[in-house]
Amino acid sequence: MDWLTEARWSPYIVGAGIGVLSWLTFLLIDKPIGCSTAFARTSGMIEKLLRGKKQPDRPYFREFPPVIDWEWMLVLGLLIGAFLSSKLSGTFNISMEHAVWTGAFGRALLPRLVVTLIGGTAMGFGARWAGGCTSGHGISGAMQWALSSWIAAICFFVGGIVTAWFMFGILAGGA
Amino acid sequence: MLERLHSSRPAQLGISLACGLVFGFLLHKGGATDYDVILGQLLLRDFTVLKIMLSAVVVGSLGIHAMRSIGLVTLHPKPGSLGSSALGGLVFGFGFATLGYCPGTVAGAVGSGALDALLGGVPGILLGSWLFAVAFPSMRRSIMRKGDFGTKTLPEVLGVNPWAVVLPGCLLIAALLWLLDRAGH
Repeated sequence: MDWLTEARWSPYIVGAGIGVLSWLTFLLIDKPIGCSTAFARTSGMIEKLLRGKKQPDRPYFREFPPVIDWEWMLVLGLLIGAFLSSKLSGTFNISMEHAVWTGAFGRALLPRLVVTLIGGTAMGFGARWAGGCTSGHGISGAMQWALSSWIAAICFFVGGIVTAWFMFGILAGGA
Repeated sequence: MLERLHSSRPAQLGISLACGLVFGFLLHKGGATDYDVILGQLLLRDFTVLKIMLSAVVVGSLGIHAMRSIGLVTLHPKPGSLGSSALGGLVFGFGFATLGYCPGTVAGAVGSGALDALLGGVPGILLGSWLFAVAFPSMRRSIMRKGDFGTKTLPEVLGVNPWAVVLPGCLLIAALLWLLDRAGH
């Protein structure tokens, strides 16, 4: 069982595995894999928790009620699966340092944290605006050859590549 | 039997948890839960993320369309418009590069110990999704309607049998992956 403790697998094996996993979700739960709706539902749960009965009736949460659903369990499973994999391969590491980031912007924690908060907010907003994320559009939607998903996935990468080039090529002075 | 499975909530939640577990295990083993790997992709230095996604699309596409042809599964293409898929997609892309994770891989990064994913990524995505829920009623009436194309799939747009897109599409992706590999990425 050495393969379970290996730090990295071939991206083609991993991709093929995710493809087969998609067959199973279509077959067994009649759903394409996706992740970002779970965050929208959770944000609704948090608002409900904070406001109680004063929670405004938001049309969005009528469409996506703030409850634990299959996708929420999928994201929870994802977290546990990555934990198991990292523990098995001995790469589990509580840290927020990443070579690409520190190489360009240094080791200070606050700037990294502020940028992740801004980035996370943009991502949450953008994912719900586009109606999906890298999993829902980029993998599940693309394999169904949905027009919305191919356009969204291409725009994810165009936006990401331009932003990364600006951050690391211009702001950080040619990383 | 499948319909009974689809309508049982406990079964759905349990199967989803198990599928999520495998999904997270695979994403971590592939390196996709690592900030450096994702930024490496966006900086076009390391094509791991694209290789994972595109091979998932090829294998997934062949399987679900085969099962669909024999009536085992139903497709669920998402609706979209230029004003939502393209503009929302670009905003997502900005978040992709600044955060360095996506909504799935951020959970995997938390599981493998990344504190920036836990302290910045998850709260940020929650805040952003909530802000969208607040903005949704007015955006739905205006910008999200621009260039609407509904839940159309590429075979529907072209008016052809799905396989006339699936087979050449998968071949094209496989060729792209082969070229990437040959170019030394």
